[in-house]
Amino acid sequence: MRFGVVVFPGTWSDCDFHYVISEVLHQPVQYVWHRERELGQLDCVVLPGGFSYGDYLRAGAVAGRSPVVEALGDFVARGGLVLGSCNGFQILCEAGLLPGVLTRNECLQYRCQSTHLVVENADTPFTRGLRPGQVLTMPISHGEGKYYADPETLARLKRQNLVVFRYAAADGSVTKASNPNGSLENIAGIVNAEGTVLGMMPHPERASETAMGGTDGLLMFQSLLGSLVEDGSFLKR
Amino acid sequence: MKVRVLVRLKPGIMDVQGAAVKHALAGLGFSELTDLRVGKVIDVDVADATPQEARARVREMCQQLLANPILEDYTIETVDDLAPHGAAR
Repeated sequence: MRFGVVVFPGTWSDCDFHYVISEVLHQPVQYVWHRERELGQLDCVVLPGGFSYGDYLRAGAVAGRSPVVEALGDFVARGGLVLGSCNGFQILCEAGLLPGVLTRNECLQYRCQSTHLVVENADTPFTRGLRPGQVLTMPISHGEGKYYADPETLARLKRQNLVVFRYAAADGSVTKASNPNGSLENIAGIVNAEGTVLGMMPHPERASETAMGGTDGLLMFQSLLGSLVEDGSFLKR
Repeated sequence: MKVRVLVRLKPGIMDVQGAAVKHALAGLGFSELTDLRVGKVIDVDVADATPQEARARVREMCQQLLANPILEDYTIETVDDLAPHGAAR
């Protein structure tokens, strides 16, 4: 599986993703500069966390109109997979590739901490190695991660089972106390209707080795690889 | 043509920044404060344009980048609208 890790001015998790994909998963991976428009050789594009373009105007707003993100529309239409984490999720929402928006944390604090996530949708290429109700542990690190969508959009997300992860307690219960940023209904990650574009605020790449304190993030990468082996049909190119 | 864009959070969207500023002002003794919301001012200079043309172009800018329609409303003022504000400083 060929991965591309997008680098914007201000991206900070690009090296972490590159390391996990190349050194832990032993998969081919390349950096993709934000001015690139050619994504033809890739199977999965990663939009990492950070502060693209300084998060000026709004988090992810400027990056959401950059050449590489404009090229993602065609890439997704051809069946390519896109994983956006943290700033990557913000960029996907700003670009309209995912519905809704990420706003300032309700607590007004930058939150850098471990969180529990309960899996809601295990029927995506990113999560098919998981099971609904499974609880994962992954860190978050953001100041603007409060997910918001209008009531119609929220209803559609729930109707179509597009909420992938919710912030939860260790036992998987979705509670106000386990919501670190005030996200609507504890939403931590969503997917598009086709299941090929996933945005999440937590950092799977920072939970992919025992030495980093946990390997639950690796389960997502392994799901991706398993998807390729079991069912290459999402690659329509 | 100078154009000023005012971007505000829509009514009903919680403005956590405004709430924090309001709290700080209340701490300074401004107890009469009932509401406070923080927005953004974006000044744009559009070359070779009438006020109508400039407004139309800036509206496109707002739709494509300057405001997020899920969260924000915007108003566009041209220099004619701005003059009284400038004089009142």
